[in-house]
Amino acid sequence: MKMSEQKSGSQNVLRLMVCEMAHLSRPDGSATTFQGDTCVMTSVYGPTEVRMAKEQIDRTTVEVVYKPKSGLPSCAEKSLENIICNTCENILLGNAHPRSAINITVQEVQDSGSFTACCINCCCLALLDAGIGMKCTMAAVNCCIDNEENIIVDPTRKEEEQSQAVLTFAFDSKDKNIITVITKGKYSQQQFQKCLVLCRDASDSVFKFYRETMEKKLSKT
Amino acid sequence: MADHVGDASKIVYMPGDFVENVKVSEKTSKAILGPGLKQDGDTVMVTKPGLLRHKEPNIYWIDCHSRRYVPVRGESVIGIVCAKAGDVFRVDIGGSEQASLSYLSFESATKRNRPDVKVGDIVYAKLLVANKDMEPELVCIDSTGRSSGMGVIGRNGGFLYKCSLNLIRKILSTNCPLLSRLGKQIPFETTVGMNGLIYVRARTTVQTITIINAIAASEYMDNDQIISMCKKLADTFTMVQ
Repeated sequence: MKMSEQKSGSQNVLRLMVCEMAHLSRPDGSATTFQGDTCVMTSVYGPTEVRMAKEQIDRTTVEVVYKPKSGLPSCAEKSLENIICNTCENILLGNAHPRSAINITVQEVQDSGSFTACCINCCCLALLDAGIGMKCTMAAVNCCIDNEENIIVDPTRKEEEQSQAVLTFAFDSKDKNIITVITKGKYSQQQFQKCLVLCRDASDSVFKFYRETMEKKLSKT
Repeated sequence: MADHVGDASKIVYMPGDFVENVKVSEKTSKAILGPGLKQDGDTVMVTKPGLLRHKEPNIYWIDCHSRRYVPVRGESVIGIVCAKAGDVFRVDIGGSEQASLSYLSFESATKRNRPDVKVGDIVYAKLLVANKDMEPELVCIDSTGRSSGMGVIGRNGGFLYKCSLNLIRKILSTNCPLLSRLGKQIPFETTVGMNGLIYVRARTTVQTITIINAIAASEYMDNDQIISMCKKLADTFTMVQ
């Protein structure tokens, strides 16, 4: 059981991040991440046996299952699964364990804004906990452009609803290159660039948070 | 990136970090990279989160906490026989696929004299083949054809416990006092598989449970704490008896 916290310093930074790792006994890796009030629980199994139909001879198959808080997953949830799957495949060492699968289950606990970013960050922490080989880590940051054209990084749900555009960026830890971009709404090219720069800066604190969380986990031994 | 020279055991490396100042052998000018490290051009890249370990002169690896076993050639593991398929047994060793164990790879087994192995049995075996592209293969004999402790275990009761791979490495390391200290207080037999399975059998069920609990509790203890725990256990046991 481990709790890590991150205090926000200047403005335009992320909400408080808290993570508990390895709290589930059955999976190979698990993490519950809070970003403000947004909460996601993720479990990782892998490398495990893969279904014949999905077996790839030269690489690991990544499977993501998203569980909404209530009801059955619909198209939007399937699309989120796809986004998370493609993002994770990018950072995992795919050829280290061919003919096997990495199963990631993402459980929504509370959606209070910046949900996609929280899902991706939680997946990364669960993968770190499972000790699966990766090229680098990844951090996702959400931002939105409100009606007065202000950019809010890591918005709450209310801020997201009242905005004209919502953008989510995922970066790798090596060169801070973009892995994934998800956007919704209307924005100009300049606004996109501005959001990108702000989110890229904010991703530093997420990477720092990952390191602190791992340090706390490993300090027990 | 942080330098590993100095107080290296405290620095946590994350995937994507680089290890600098890697010492190479003077003769061959090569370094040996173990789990969690990968060569990336001229640099050494970390692929798993954990602590960097170094063994003189030129061996490096990352000490990573994981629960999933990845078969490694030559390691001794505990497996559960899941099926009989022709002349091989399918054995679950906790990896990504089941391992095969030929019925001829038991001591004094011949085509006519089949070993007595049933589905559900626990076997202690060595990995003869462990390759990412191939099915792992187990044997219960060494190169001279002797069983040397391997084979079917646990026919007379006992308990099989699953724990993290890190705990296994810890209790098997030569400077860990756990098993020898516990053995002084309570006599028991144990088999430890590198795949995260421990088999324990003591005289009574209560004693077996005590041993298992002590092993499980020692995961995050240092040597002094383990010794004091064993002392406490001994005191309670003499009081009860």
